[in-house]
Amino acid sequence: MATASDIDRPAAGEFRPKPDQPPPALSVGPLAWVKRNLFGSRFDSLLTLACLAALYYLVPAVWRWAVAEATFVGDSREACAPNPGACWVFVNVRIEQFIYGFYPQAERWRANVVVLLGLGSLTYALSEAMPWRKWVALFLILPYPVLAYILLLGGMFGLPPVETRLWGGLLLTLIIASVGISASLPLGIALALGRRSKMPVIQLLSIGFIEFVRAVPLITVLFMASVVLPLFLPPGSNFDQLLRALIGVSLFAAAYMAEVVRGGLQAVPKGQTEAAAALGLGYWSTMRLIVLPQALRYVIPAIVSNFIGLFKDTTLVLIIGLSDLLQMVKLATTDSKWIGLATEGYAFAGAVFFVFCFGMSRYSLYLERKLGTGYRR
Amino acid sequence: MAQAGNRAASLASGADDEVIVQLSRVNKWYGAFHVLKDIDLTVYRGERIVICGPSGSGKSTLIRCINRLEEHQCGQIVVDGVELSNDLKNIDRIRSEVGMVFQSFNLFPHLTVLENCVLAPIWVRRMPRRQAEEVAMQYLTRVKIPEQAGKFPLQLSGGQQQRVAIARALCMNPKVMLFDEPTSALDPEMIKEVLDVMVELAREGMTMLCVTHEMGFARTVADRVIFMDRGEIVEQNRPEEFFANPKSERTRLFLSQILGH
Ligand SMILES: Nc1ncnc2c1ncn2[C@@H]1O[C@H](COP(=O)(O)OP(=O)(O)OP(=O)(O)O)[C@@H](O)[C@H]1O
Ligand SMILES: [Mg+2]
Repeated sequence: MATASDIDRPAAGEFRPKPDQPPPALSVGPLAWVKRNLFGSRFDSLLTLACLAALYYLVPAVWRWAVAEATFVGDSREACAPNPGACWVFVNVRIEQFIYGFYPQAERWRANVVVLLGLGSLTYALSEAMPWRKWVALFLILPYPVLAYILLLGGMFGLPPVETRLWGGLLLTLIIASVGISASLPLGIALALGRRSKMPVIQLLSIGFIEFVRAVPLITVLFMASVVLPLFLPPGSNFDQLLRALIGVSLFAAAYMAEVVRGGLQAVPKGQTEAAAALGLGYWSTMRLIVLPQALRYVIPAIVSNFIGLFKDTTLVLIIGLSDLLQMVKLATTDSKWIGLATEGYAFAGAVFFVFCFGMSRYSLYLERKLGTGYRR
Repeated sequence: MAQAGNRAASLASGADDEVIVQLSRVNKWYGAFHVLKDIDLTVYRGERIVICGPSGSGKSTLIRCINRLEEHQCGQIVVDGVELSNDLKNIDRIRSEVGMVFQSFNLFPHLTVLENCVLAPIWVRRMPRRQAEEVAMQYLTRVKIPEQAGKFPLQLSGGQQQRVAIARALCMNPKVMLFDEPTSALDPEMIKEVLDVMVELAREGMTMLCVTHEMGFARTVADRVIFMDRGEIVEQNRPEEFFANPKSERTRLFLSQILGH
């Protein structure tokens, strides 16, 4: 009697698997990739050709200006005269001011120590599989800011004082950005938790703060920090301009961070808090151990995006008279000896910003991939 | 009268005389919706109770009131001699003595299976990590998945996840275990592996309140079956009695529906 399965498999005997065949040509390999991704359809092909044409005109032009026909060495504008390309001599000559602002030459080693120590231990703490990472991270959180403060400001331990109005350039940009970043995350988390709190007073205060700050441009916040804040202080007290900027930037960034974190908190299912509660964990343990680790993970891209925005927004402190990297470049371009070299200056500033922001962006991607372990099946 | 009957029933099955959970005239509303109506329920130590009833009858709400995931508005709930009130200390204490297993597992996805199990013993009971891990491995062995300890929950099957959830609750050495439809989200072949673990737990004398429609489970292990409808306990009895001759028409209808197919 023939059943369905008999018909599927002829009675000719044993089942013998067919040998594997190679895939048809042009379905794997680089050529296939090119075909699929660059010339997948008529429109794709058109786009590809247009891009190639644009690159064909752009790349050589930029290369010629920035490298081939540029001047790199020399100590005055005249050195650049024979070459039609960029005059990097300008940046070369001014580099110290771009980096340190008006920080006195003899004391610059202190700035170097602070920045290199900070960047170094940050890189160390962030790289995987390093021994004592936790301790390096702890060093960054606790003693490092104090050390940086003492070294940069001086006036104790025999270090000559350096007023904050002399700080500038990349040094200032890095200080504002790192203070803003490290203050805004914890503040933002606190505000986000406050906004979801069951206590009406705390909730109201958090909502009020977040909505108010977000409704106002950073420039206004900086102005207020610079002009309004002193009104609340006893007359005659000298409130450091840089400190005002730091407070303004941190509070501003915290409000945005709060909303990002709140988004993450909302993405954590209710069952998670219920399971934690059912185990007897209190509010703070539940937040710290269960909810926040998941919530922050969901919003890493948005958090880093905020950090990058903050890094670039530091340029606005020129409004209240601080000289960050961009402002130093701007000042240099108005120097009569170097007039007309704004392009080189801004290209340099742009490149510096790009390096830092791109670095943050890459780290965020790496973090996402690393923490994604276990979330994917 | 019903109360005395239960007591006889539970004593007959070897349960302890000691009351572990006591609900008296408990009422609860969601807004204007009266979800629990005058619930009286006494659970003795070592008793196994199965709660069933149609969807929306308030079964989940009832057991979630016992560890105060939901708040009741009137009446009294006493767990292990402590009355549930707004006192946060009492609530956390009771929650650490009452284990709960959810329909949707609710494992912590960012922690490994072992970390899921040791979390509460370490942070609530202040147990040293080493010891907590030993205890956890013991329970993971009991639910038959010690080899999965290092994996993340989402890498496991549904049945395995639910067994981890049971182990996680057991690691707190609870006095009572609450189950809210622990097998409803599982495929048939996984239901058995979870039920097997629960049957074993019942055999070892754990006090259990279990919302489930697994009537086979109710028959084998329950000391008492409770039928709820519209926020009330309609009927409760020993399983043999409950299934053989239900007293109310409502119960009969419900049973014919769930046993009918
Ligand atoms: N948070 C809530 N707010 C308002 N109503 C709710 C809430 N939770 C549950 N309910 C309602 O209360 C009733 C009882 O819900 P409960 O979850 O206790 O039912 P159940 O018996 O467990 O049902 P099921 O078998 O579907 O799980 C339902 O009608 C439900 O719609
Ligand atoms: Mg339910």
